Amino acid sequence: MGWLLPFDNLLCMALGISFTVWFTSLLVFIIVPAILGVSFGIRKLYMNSLLKIFEWATLRMERGAKEKNQHLYKPYSNGIIAKEMSTLEQEIQELRSSSTTLSSEPEFEMADIMSFCRRGVESIVDDEVTKRFSAEELESWNLLTRSNYNFRHISLRLSVLWGLGLLIRYSFLLPLRITLAATGIGLLVVLTTIVGFLPSGRYKIHMMCYRICVRALTAIITYHNSENKPKNGGICVANHTTPIDVIILANDGCYSMVGQVHGGLIGVVQRAMVKSSPHIWFERSEVKDRHLVAKMLSNHVADKTNHPILIFPEGTCINNTSVMMFKKGSFEIGCTVYPVAIKYDPRFGDAFWNSGKFGMVSYLLRMMSSWAIVCSVWYLPPVNREEGEDAVQFANRVKAAIARQGGLVDLLWDGGLKRGKVKDTFREEQQKLYSKVGGSFSPG
Amino acid sequence: MGSRASTLLREEEIEEIKKETGFSHSQITRLYSRFTSLDKGENGTLSREDFQRIPELAINPLGDRIINAFFPEGLDREDQVNFRGFMRTLAHFRPIEDNEKNKDPTASEPLNSRTNKLLFAFRLYDLDRDDKISRDELLQVLRMMVGVNISDEQLGSIADRTIQEADQNGDNSISFNEFIKVLEKVDVEQKMSIRFLH
Repeated sequence: MGWLLPFDNLLCMALGISFTVWFTSLLVFIIVPAILGVSFGIRKLYMNSLLKIFEWATLRMERGAKEKNQHLYKPYSNGIIAKEMSTLEQEIQELRSSSTTLSSEPEFEMADIMSFCRRGVESIVDDEVTKRFSAEELESWNLLTRSNYNFRHISLRLSVLWGLGLLIRYSFLLPLRITLAATGIGLLVVLTTIVGFLPSGRYKIHMMCYRICVRALTAIITYHNSENKPKNGGICVANHTTPIDVIILANDGCYSMVGQVHGGLIGVVQRAMVKSSPHIWFERSEVKDRHLVAKMLSNHVADKTNHPILIFPEGTCINNTSVMMFKKGSFEIGCTVYPVAIKYDPRFGDAFWNSGKFGMVSYLLRMMSSWAIVCSVWYLPPVNREEGEDAVQFANRVKAAIARQGGLVDLLWDGGLKRGKVKDTFREEQQKLYSKVGGSFSPG
Repeated sequence: MGSRASTLLREEEIEEIKKETGFSHSQITRLYSRFTSLDKGENGTLSREDFQRIPELAINPLGDRIINAFFPEGLDREDQVNFRGFMRTLAHFRPIEDNEKNKDPTASEPLNSRTNKLLFAFRLYDLDRDDKISRDELLQVLRMMVGVNISDEQLGSIADRTIQEADQNGDNSISFNEFIKVLEKVDVEQKMSIRFLH
């Protein structure tokens, strides 16, 4: 095996050199600018060229489909059905007025079930809630297998492009991003520990580490209305799509996080973060105690030197097409609320975390092997609870403002329906409504 | 997950469903995508639990009866409905105007004819499928619709009155023909149709 030796040396040298080059360029182009908060504009260029390629890809597929005289599957972004706009009451009253029964007091019509029936089937075909818990479907293809529904229409050129894209994403972008993420988290833990030993004071190392993490995901974020950025002693509420929301917001300001204590790597990060600025981490058992939670939050905001608390009132990840019910807990505390709307552009990679389908690790890998994460963050003007408004109304007002800004659908349904059943009280309301409207079911 | 959806539905199947139900190609692919997104078990069929997971259906007072209509074999808990069965049931709700394009005189009555829509509604009442709506069956449906807001006696008298008005052959129950007669003035076509987009 002696003849391998010279090659062995060469191989080692080659590896050594490439590794050095790799790491130096990484440092120069990504990590140092991140620390200093500077940007070369590489990501914007990347984003624009990608968009052009996606448009071309979709056109090719449409042409391919037309040549074969087949149909291209267009996702139902405009809806499968056009729902009737009339309410249940209006329909039943219509039936009553057109009926020809002899009795002067209309009571019950056999045709009443038709209204319930049609509504039921409409909700089977298209309902407002279940589609919020799976990834949004796209109009044009973004060269990721996971979002393609028209495999058959891919020409040779398109397949080559897709293969190239696959190669770039998995062999270049993914290792790059993993390196960056490791660096970011590592730095966070090390530096916060060091800071913990120094005399007390607030240091902005968080922001630096978050900036590295943002580059690790190739996140291209546009912040709007920065004059409304959350200030100390307040609560920041935002719509929730993914755990990455935290990184996106923390990239632009210092927040105190609220959450459950985890074990493992996340637990290490949590403990490290606490050393340099206060965060509110709950034990699992304490989460159930609403008063305790409220008390800890109030204490935190009372101290004006503390950073604003970041809370996601939906309580669970929604797919960024709608905003679901806000839990009233954070709106009862009585301090200023700073609403923030976050909207992701799904063309570059879907950011939604479908926790039933993907664990945290596979989710992060999917994120890091997408093209990029492009999003817009709007800081809305601060709001306070008004006279005579209770917590639920306040929460709904804030939710409506966030939905309007982000172009999301405003729903009253609870995000908890992802996992749980709907409460019986809603059905009872429907029954009550019918018995009132259905006729004069006179008590006598 | 919609991404694998249309690749699993073959062209021949789409053609067959088109002939049987009258839906267009794009409507069938969209509904297939919806079917797979409801199918949490990913085995190509829907169970009753899959339907009950839809909140708007779960709060519908007649939700269970509507779900029943998709499972023709009766009240067996283990029932599963495949995509063909799903489409066949949904076909009842196609608007009647959509039939104008393919007027095939030799074809059997389309699933969305007025009679078939009325039959669908009839079956919501007639749980035991004996082609008669008995007083009990009527009471059951009434109870489902009003919940606890009406007393038993009142409900009983409403049921009696309804049967009295509809019953013509004096067997104290409503047959399908009597049902059709009662509803002859009602715009069934409009009430039992859903506007599917093309």
